[in-house]
Parts: sequence; structure tokens; C-alpha cells
Amino acid sequence: MSKNNKIHEPLFHIVKRGALPFWLSWLIRIIAIVASLIVCGVVTIILTGENPLNIYKTIIEGAIGSERRIWSLFQNVAILLCISLAVTPAFKMKFWNIGAEGQVLMGGLATAACMIYFGESLPSIVLFPVMIIASVVAGAIWAVIPAFFKANWNTNETLFTLMMNYIAMQIVSYFVYLHSNPVGSGKIGIINSTTQAGWLPKIGGKSYLINIIIVAVLTIGMYIYLKYNKHGYEISVVGESENTARYVGINVKKVIIRTMLLSGAVCGIAGLLLVAGTDHSVAKETVDGRGFTAIMVSWLAKFNPIYMILTSLLLVFLEKGASQISTDFGLNDSFSEILTGIIIFFIIGSEFFVNYSVKFRHKDKEANKK
Amino acid sequence: MKKFTKILAILLSLALVFGLAACGGNNDTPSTESDADKVVESHAAGEKLKVGFIYLHDENSTYDNNFIKAAKAACEALDVEYVAKVNVPEGAECQEAALDLADNGCNIIFADSFGHEPYMVEAAKERPDVQFCHATGTTAHTQDLPNFHNAFASIYEGRYLAGVAAGLKLNEMIEAGEITAEEAKMGYVGAWTYAEVVSGYTSFYLGAKSVCPSVTMEVQFTGSWYDEMAEKEAAELLINNGCVLISQHADSWGAPTACETAGVPNVSYNGSTVSACPNTFIISSRINWEPYFKYMIESVMNGTEIVDDWCGGIEEGSVELSEINEAAAAAGTAEKLEEVKAGLADGSIKVFDTATFTVNGETLTSYMADVDTDAAYTPDTEVIADGYFHESEYRSAPYFDLKIDGITLLNEKY
Repeated sequence: MSKNNKIHEPLFHIVKRGALPFWLSWLIRIIAIVASLIVCGVVTIILTGENPLNIYKTIIEGAIGSERRIWSLFQNVAILLCISLAVTPAFKMKFWNIGAEGQVLMGGLATAACMIYFGESLPSIVLFPVMIIASVVAGAIWAVIPAFFKANWNTNETLFTLMMNYIAMQIVSYFVYLHSNPVGSGKIGIINSTTQAGWLPKIGGKSYLINIIIVAVLTIGMYIYLKYNKHGYEISVVGESENTARYVGINVKKVIIRTMLLSGAVCGIAGLLLVAGTDHSVAKETVDGRGFTAIMVSWLAKFNPIYMILTSLLLVFLEKGASQISTDFGLNDSFSEILTGIIIFFIIGSEFFVNYSVKFRHKDKEANKK
Repeated sequence: MKKFTKILAILLSLALVFGLAACGGNNDTPSTESDADKVVESHAAGEKLKVGFIYLHDENSTYDNNFIKAAKAACEALDVEYVAKVNVPEGAECQEAALDLADNGCNIIFADSFGHEPYMVEAAKERPDVQFCHATGTTAHTQDLPNFHNAFASIYEGRYLAGVAAGLKLNEMIEAGEITAEEAKMGYVGAWTYAEVVSGYTSFYLGAKSVCPSVTMEVQFTGSWYDEMAEKEAAELLINNGCVLISQHADSWGAPTACETAGVPNVSYNGSTVSACPNTFIISSRINWEPYFKYMIESVMNGTEIVDDWCGGIEEGSVELSEINEAAAAAGTAEKLEEVKAGLADGSIKVFDTATFTVNGETLTSYMADVDTDAAYTPDTEVIADGYFHESEYRSAPYFDLKIDGITLLNEKY
């Protein structure tokens, strides 16, 4: 006892929590979001002098203020969710695939190529399967190259997949220049704007509904694959420990390559949805950083495809709302990025309090007395 | 006891922080409320015209800032409501943004970037009751869409004038014995091998040649409208190649600052760069969009039609030159520019006078240009008549894409 008293204890220390009840972990997260909104409010007042309530109202209006905005919101959620689904099996396997940007781009480029070269010659009943196969294969090839090197020679997949992004961008630049219209402008414009060949069909007059349906199906499929399929189990074992996996007789090489093929294939589908379903064109900027945002979506949701619906919705909601702030208040876009940053910081921070608890010194002393 | 004081201190400081924050809030609340009221009032009036603007970037880009300033000025002058969306990419987002502005009651919607065009066209098809205007585009004159319009300016005339200033500077350097007449080589940093850039550097070169006949020029392309590093490196490469004066057609400050570092004179674009380049900046040409914005707003106000394809010139105030920087420009530049400007205005000087340039050693008497844009780049319009190339007459966006003698393209990959 006397010895203990002499040791200087810090004011507080951090203890790993056991599993929290479901309601408590979500309560912590909700408190974090509320706290982040308060901090955002304070920052808003200090920096701009605007009423934070107006700002929050604008965020909500910007995201869901009209039917068009709601459609646009869900279309963007669909794309981001699709890319997040794609990176998830790789991450669960602890394979740091940060090359989704390039994999999506290659899928998009393959789609655009089919639309340009076969748009006039093939009937749409043949054209769509060709586009799907081309985009899936292109995305899968771009993903399997680093996986092959990782599986065989244990190369660093983080750097490898990152570099593959830049190669994909340069390849797209090259083809865009080749087909640019007018000559030399570096833009290809809308592909098949008159015939609409290769454009994903509108369902019930809604142009993005098909994207949303496809991604909804993919989400359920990925959930089942990861949770109930033997492959999903193998992925998590390899992710936990490669040695254990080897010990129980899992072919690690095979799992790595198979999983990255899947990851790339889903990225390819995201490229298809972007090019054939929304932009009807391709450019170096088509993916617009979503290959990286998807990593955050996947991590925040702890690799659970169903939670990913929520996390991708949250990020897109904030982004849409944020751009409305710059329109309504004449503030620079950077300001809304500051707010988004604060909110995401709190959300990530809340995971800390879900996993750990903070114990203050005097509590321990009381415990000691007892 | 000690620990309690510590905790108390922390609590007090926290209270102080929140208290201050709360005070800040109280002080500011009344003013924001009145602001909100003002917005509501103007909405309630309801008669004010509403104009929506779509920008590729925000005010940090020299290109977009040029539009933003002009749009705000025009809206204020004509007392119409200004709404803007910044950082709108050249994809389906542009169409969404345009239609969203239309949903919110905008009568006119304007987009500033070339790649926005096809998406503006789609939006125009969906909302025939709203006017859609687009800068730098090429398709309005061939589209059968009464509510979609292109606009540009005869910026080649501004480039020509800037070229005259460059030529005078070269003459001064030759007279001072710094270079020989044969060494009068200029460098040009271009974004793409696109007609807009080709027309720009050719008119700049012809302007310089009109006063300094021995001049030659090298062009390096960057493959991007905005890439500060690439533009800087291109300028450095040209300077190393022996170029004694640099100009550029790209949107960053990369080339002008490289010139300032190397002490090489620079002719700028999109606006003056004198603040960063006090010793080397000579002059800059730019498009002033305010005349077009006023024209398009007034047309809707008066119920008259906006033309398919609008091209402003020096007279309309669409093509402007910046102040001349006396520290770098040759003596007598201002007087000479006035003289040339008058010549351009009365038609006695033509920028693309076929007598002043040759292509592969021959003077041109006929040239078919691709004015009606198509994927196969089919030449469709005879553009040489009366001894000059008729630029920006059959369509506002430039279509001069000849490779004339005296200009060397170092890379054509873009």
C-alpha cells in the first residue's frame, strides 16, 4: 500500500473495454455527432458570424431539399457504396487495396471503349453484356496484378496499388486525347448522345434508379458472401493471421488472388455505373477521389456492408449539404470542408470511446481504499 | 486537496472557453437574423430576375475568378439575384447543378468550363423554359435548341496586341545588343493542342512578327489547363532552349513565376501577374465577361432572344489589355498599341492576314476548317476569303488550327 502511494499516478489512464451493449455503443456515437455539431456551430460563429442553425438547415436542404436532390443523393451514395463494397473484402483480408480509384477508372474506360466502338454495330441486348464483361474484366485485371506480386513475392501492396492508380489515369488521359472532340481539346464529351447506345436504361423515367438497384443487390450479396460463405470466412482468417490460415490448410495465395479479383471486379462495375449510368463520358477525373473516400466508408462501418449504407449516406449527405452552404452563404467551399472534417473527426474519435474507457486517478484511489 | 484544485482549474478554464464561445454567439445572433430577413424579403418581392452560375473551380483559379468577378459585377449593375455553384466537375454533376438551379427559380443558367457543355445541353433539353448559356463551347450553332447558347470573345485580337508588346521588347533587346536579330526566339507554354490554344499562340506570334520580322517561337504543351508544376517546368525548359521572352495559355502562375526567377520577360494571360513578377511582367490580355453577362441578362429582361453564338471584341469591351508594366515593357509600347488597336478597329489590320504568314512555305488562299464539330473532325467551312483567315466569325470559339512557319512545336502529345 505505502509503495503504491509513492508512485506518481497520471491524472487518467486508458483501459480497453469489453464488448459494450449495442445501445451503449450507439449512444456514444450519437453523443459524438451531437458534440461535433456543437463544435461546428461554435466554429461557424467564430469564423463567419452566421447563425449555425441556418447552416444546419442549409445542409439538410442541400442534401434532401427537393426530389431531384434526393435522387442525386442516392445516386452518389450508390456509387460510393459500390466502391466501398469493392474494397471491403480486401481490407478484411488486411490487403491494403488503395487502388480502387484506378480499378474503377479502368472499368469505366473499358465501358466507354465498348460504347464508342460497338455503340453503332451491336444491338443493345448484346452490347450490355459486352460492356459488363469488359468493365468487370478490366477492373479485375487492374486489381489482380498487385495481388499476384503480393502472393508470390510479398511485394508491398499499398505502394503497388497506389502506383497503379496513376498508371490508370495516364492511360485514360491518353485515350481521351485520342478521341477528344473537338480535336485537341482533351474532352470526349457525351458518348452516343443522339443514339444513347450503351446508356443504362431509365426505369420508370428515373435515370439513376438502375444504379441504385444494382448496388442494393451487390450490398446484400457482399454481406452474404462475407458472413455466410466459406470464402468470407477464409478472408477473415487470412486477415487475422496468415500463419493460422496456413496451419488450418487455407491456400493463402489463392485466397489473396481470388479476393482481389472480386475486389477489382466490383470496382469495374462501379466504373460501369459511372460511365454508362451517370456521366456517359470518361475523363481522368471521373472517379473524383471516391476510390479513397471508400476506404473511410469501409473502415467506419467496420467492414459491415449493411453499416456501409449508413456511413456512405452520411459522407455524401455532408458533402451535398456542404456545397449548398457555399451557394447560399457565399462562403468558400473550404469552409464546408472544415465542417465535414470536424464531424468526421468526432465520428472516428467516438470509436475510441467505444473501444476504450478513460479512468481518472481518484477513482482508483477509492478502489485502493476498499 | 491538490488534485481538486487541478480539476477545478480545468473545469474553470473549460467554462471560460464555452462562456466566451456563448458570448460570441450572442453578439452575432442579431446581425445574422437580420441577414436572413433580407434574403426572405428579396424572395418575397419575386420579380427580380435570378441568374445561376456554375464554375469549375472557385476564386482560387485565375480562370474562374475572372468569371466570378464579372458575374457579380453584372448582376449588381442590373440588380438581379446572383446564385453560384462552385467546384462543379465536368460530368453528370454539372447537369444536376444546372437543373437544381432551374428548380430554384433561376431564369438564366451559365456554365464557365468547356467540358460542361454536353451536360448543359442535356439540361437545356429538359428545361425549355430556362435559358442556358455556356462559355467557350462549340455546338450551339448546330444544335436545334432555342434555349442553349455559346459565347466567346475574339481574344486572338488581344493576343495579337500582347504580341506587339512582346515584339517591341525584342526589338529593344536587339538594339541594346543583348541578343542578335536571329536570337529573337520566344517561348510559349500551351495547355492542349486545341484550336483555342493554337489560335492564341499564332496570333501572339504574328503580333510580335509585325514589329520584329526575325522572330521565331517554340511551343511546349502541358496537357492540362491548370498544372502549376508542369507550366513552371515547361517555361524553364523553353528558357534553357534559349527563348528570351515567354508567354502562356494555361491558368496557373507557374510560367510567370518561373520567368521572374530567371529574369526573362513574360506576357501573361487572364489578368495581370505584376504582383508576383514586378521585374518581368510586360502586359496581359484577358476576356472580360461582363459585357456578355449584361447582354444575356438584358435579353431575358426585355424578352428578346439571346443569339446562339456570341462573340465579343475590343469594341464591346470583351477583350481587354492590362496596364503596361513600365519596368519591363519597351519604351513607346503604349503608343504603338493604341495605333494597332485603331487599325484592328477600322479593319486596316487583320490578325490572320494571309500575306503575313506561310504554311510549309506557301501562302494560303483557301482553307476548310472544322467549324461544325463532329467526331471525325470533318472540315466543313471555307474560312479564308478577302486575304485573311476569318477567325471566330462562323462560330465564336476559335477554329484556327494551322501550323504556320516560324513556330516550332516541341511536343504534340497533348
